[in-house]
Amino acid sequence: MIVTENLTKHYGSVKAVEGLTLNIAPGEVFGFLGPNGAGKTTTVRMLCALIGITSGRASVAGCELGRQDQDVRHRTGILTEAPGLYDQISAERNLSLYAHLHDVEDIAGQVERYLRMLGLWDRRNEPVGTFSKGMRQKLAIARALVHEPKVLFLDEPTSALDPEAAHLVRSFIAGLKQEGRTIFMCTHNLDEADRLCDRIGIFRTRLLALDTPAALRRKLYGRTTVFHLLHAKSEWIQILQEVDGVHDARVVDNRVLVTLDDPEKQNPELVRKLVQSGADIQFVGELRRTLEDIYLQLVHSPED
Amino acid sequence: MRKVWIIIRKEWSEVFKNRFVLFTVAFLPLILTAIPIVILYVMQSGGDLDAVGMADMPVDMGGLCAGMSGGECTQYFMVSQFMLLFMMIPLVIPVTIASYSIVGEKTTRTLEPLLATPISTLQLLAGKGLAAVIPAVLATWGGFGIFTLATRLLAAGPNIVARLGDLLWLLAIFVVGPLMSVAAVCVAVMVSSRVNDPRAAEQLSMLVIIPLLAVFFGRIAGYFMINERLILWTAGALVVINAGLLALAIQLFQRDTILTRWK
Repeated sequence: MIVTENLTKHYGSVKAVEGLTLNIAPGEVFGFLGPNGAGKTTTVRMLCALIGITSGRASVAGCELGRQDQDVRHRTGILTEAPGLYDQISAERNLSLYAHLHDVEDIAGQVERYLRMLGLWDRRNEPVGTFSKGMRQKLAIARALVHEPKVLFLDEPTSALDPEAAHLVRSFIAGLKQEGRTIFMCTHNLDEADRLCDRIGIFRTRLLALDTPAALRRKLYGRTTVFHLLHAKSEWIQILQEVDGVHDARVVDNRVLVTLDDPEKQNPELVRKLVQSGADIQFVGELRRTLEDIYLQLVHSPED
Repeated sequence: MRKVWIIIRKEWSEVFKNRFVLFTVAFLPLILTAIPIVILYVMQSGGDLDAVGMADMPVDMGGLCAGMSGGECTQYFMVSQFMLLFMMIPLVIPVTIASYSIVGEKTTRTLEPLLATPISTLQLLAGKGLAAVIPAVLATWGGFGIFTLATRLLAAGPNIVARLGDLLWLLAIFVVGPLMSVAAVCVAVMVSSRVNDPRAAEQLSMLVIIPLLAVFFGRIAGYFMINERLILWTAGALVVINAGLLALAIQLFQRDTILTRWK
């Protein structure tokens, strides 16, 4: 649904985006993570045909950027970083304005559908200037969807929202995922990305990593089994490291952390070895790395 | 054209809710129409205009006052000054509307979602430009209509009323006025691309009235006459100037420029 090939954007001598190659499938929710100034918004703007590209190629919803920009704008919806709504006019007029500009056929029907869906129908006639941040964000999401785009770009959808409003917006995005929409989401909220996204790209001017959250964890850290013992002894490390597929083992307090290829296959043998060596195992679990760990390691990696 | 009209309606819904804009659009034409009517009325009722002879008038009024008495020529001399006041309406109103409309989009960050729709740059610019030009032109024409009517009813003689339908006035009000509005909008677009405050944009854009004021004071000082030839030259010059200003404004109104350089 979104295909880019060496997509590049320079502003004079400043390289904003460098050689971005992506292939996002229909119905996929793709998380685009990176620090401030990494080029995420520039990428979204290029993919929405808002700004031109310096080099490379990209197509969005089957339309090629640079050649079919109007079609790209027809088939995409964007939630910009700031809601950017017209404060003096009502919520209904805000939405119908965009529905008109997108040549929506049943304007009244679509406007009502999304205002109801996002719980704004009762306040449809009120000027948007009177709305809370959460309501404005919901209306901006409705605006991005009113023409039923095939691809939805969300730039920081829950930033600056209180926890309740953020939860509402996240639930709505999860609902959109169920509908099978392709969503490209820039976010700083790593927990949000972990929960909502099928795949994640970590980006800082160029793509640093791209995979599912689970695969990124695996690639970066391997899988780690944690044995909680009554008393851990350092001599057991040597015994565990002799098992095939074990890359590393270490003792931390009364825990033994073992990094290995395939815990499902290797854990029983590790348990046996530990028991034979006299270890009292209290329980066994898997160490889960958070997306934040992965993100920080990649973004602050010296070679990048 | 439908999208242009949608933008125009949106602009009016937003911008006319701003009290300052509304005040400028409503009050300026009223005051600029009322002042000459009052002055003409006072002249007609208070002074002994019949005592004024053609010899008392500036030499270059002779051509414009052919067939008039000295008193009528005095009145027409005053009336012709007011033409320049009317010319302020199509300059000031579009500058005010365009400044608030364009800088307003910047400050509320509404331009990006708008540009993400399938509207072309030309449609957007046309919508914004026309939203500023149309009220200005209508206000100018309305003010001129009221002034003509009031001149007939209250003050001046038939010779003067007839002169308000001359080519000179028709060109000034119906051709030069709209051309000046277009120029004012282009200047407002260009200034708006460089500032972040609507009032600053408006004040800087108001510099477009300086040439008009120069003509106004030059006329009062007797340096030149406003005649058909001058109006035609002005119209021709404005066509050329507007072409250049439009090209510049469109250049500044490109999506890339707006989103990346409009700070």
